[in-house]
Amino acid sequence: MLTKRIIACLDVRDGRVVKGIQFVDIIDAGDPAELAHRHAAAGADEIVLLDITATHEGRGTLLDTVKRTAAELFVPFTVGGGIRSAEDAAAVFDAGADKVSINSSAIARPELIGEIGASFGAQAVIVAIDARRAENSADPVGDAEVFVAGGRKPTGRKVIEWAREAEQRGAGEILLTSMNTDGMRSGFDCELTARVSQAVQIPVIASGGAGSAAHFADVFGRGKADAALAASIFHFGVTDSRELKAELQRAGVAVRLPC
Amino acid sequence: MIQVIDYKAGNLTSVLKALHYLGAETHVTQSPDDVRKASKIVLPGVGHFQATQLLHDLELTEATREAIARGVPFLGICVGLQWLYEGSTEAEATEGLCHFGSKCERFPATFNGAELKSPHVGWNSLENIREDSRLLRGVAPGGFVYYTHSWRAPVSADTAATTNYGGDFTAAVERDNVMGVQFHPEKSSTVGLQILKNFVEL
Repeated sequence: MLTKRIIACLDVRDGRVVKGIQFVDIIDAGDPAELAHRHAAAGADEIVLLDITATHEGRGTLLDTVKRTAAELFVPFTVGGGIRSAEDAAAVFDAGADKVSINSSAIARPELIGEIGASFGAQAVIVAIDARRAENSADPVGDAEVFVAGGRKPTGRKVIEWAREAEQRGAGEILLTSMNTDGMRSGFDCELTARVSQAVQIPVIASGGAGSAAHFADVFGRGKADAALAASIFHFGVTDSRELKAELQRAGVAVRLPC
Repeated sequence: MIQVIDYKAGNLTSVLKALHYLGAETHVTQSPDDVRKASKIVLPGVGHFQATQLLHDLELTEATREAIARGVPFLGICVGLQWLYEGSTEAEATEGLCHFGSKCERFPATFNGAELKSPHVGWNSLENIREDSRLLRGVAPGGFVYYTHSWRAPVSADTAATTNYGGDFTAAVERDNVMGVQFHPEKSSTVGLQILKNFVEL
């Protein structure tokens, strides 16, 4: 049976793992390679590394970090942040990534999705969407808006339409982060995740708001997510993936156990 | 020396990394001579079946056929497994190796009245593991492996294990020295490494 995936996310700045609360405050949480291996050993189904500085000067550091992290990591490994061209993506794949996650650059130039897919396959392209509910709309979820530049810049584009376009252009998966719930540990945005999941055929990874096993069960059930991503919940020893999966299994969710 | 065939379908980094981790010596090649002289062959690949056209164009198909006839162990991964069949509906004009009968087909849009998402992405379990499989030796039924694909091979007498997604499909195929896996052993944690180790040690 196809299982629901638990993905550990490492937000990396200047080669160190950090974690923001609602995209702003930053706390140091350690070395990316060490944490990635610890997560994989603790039962995470995938590792995502997001370079949140993503400056031009930081590219060398990032590729070195990717290389160190990918060494002896035998679960799928995604890298995102600052990938603006098929060449940038190729460098990240060469360093050992299995998939890339693109966000602002895909909004700026949607052709990039197909360009990376043409060389490395659609399965290697994740389109990340940072979404904020449209609180003043009659349908805040349906009208949720795409934000870019680390959640700082509104685009005027609707999340559901953009997810559909990304799929048509050849995205392999959607990584949907709710800016409303991110870092709050009060649960995923299940309504928004379900709407996006129903709008596309490709897998949807839910992100933002993980705080307990019940939140994961909820987003896999009501939220119709294929995978869920969390960062801070793991870094500070709140729980590890194996404990989380055991709880999910008791709640009737199919997970990779033993792992 | 394991000859790893590069036909520009996705990146080879992960497969090479896993083989090196297991102590194997590898050589990446596009040369029919290398393939003919190989002691083992690995054909990785993700992406579109159309990419395997390059194997014909570079005369690697015939070289592989000769090596296989000599008894050289062959492992196809993902599209590399699909290539062992007659072809795929993904690229009708491109013929496979025709080592195994029938064609690879896309997952149906619905199964048992319910919508079936495609691609099939994630960790799924190996079932019906054939006891005589050398490739899957030591792998427990229900062991999880990582998939990402939209086309799959049907179940036949050569199937060494199945996975269920929209019905059973061939997770692994094996007849004598010719083997293939639809999943990505290089990304399938300890279960995947066990399978690659079995191949390396053949």
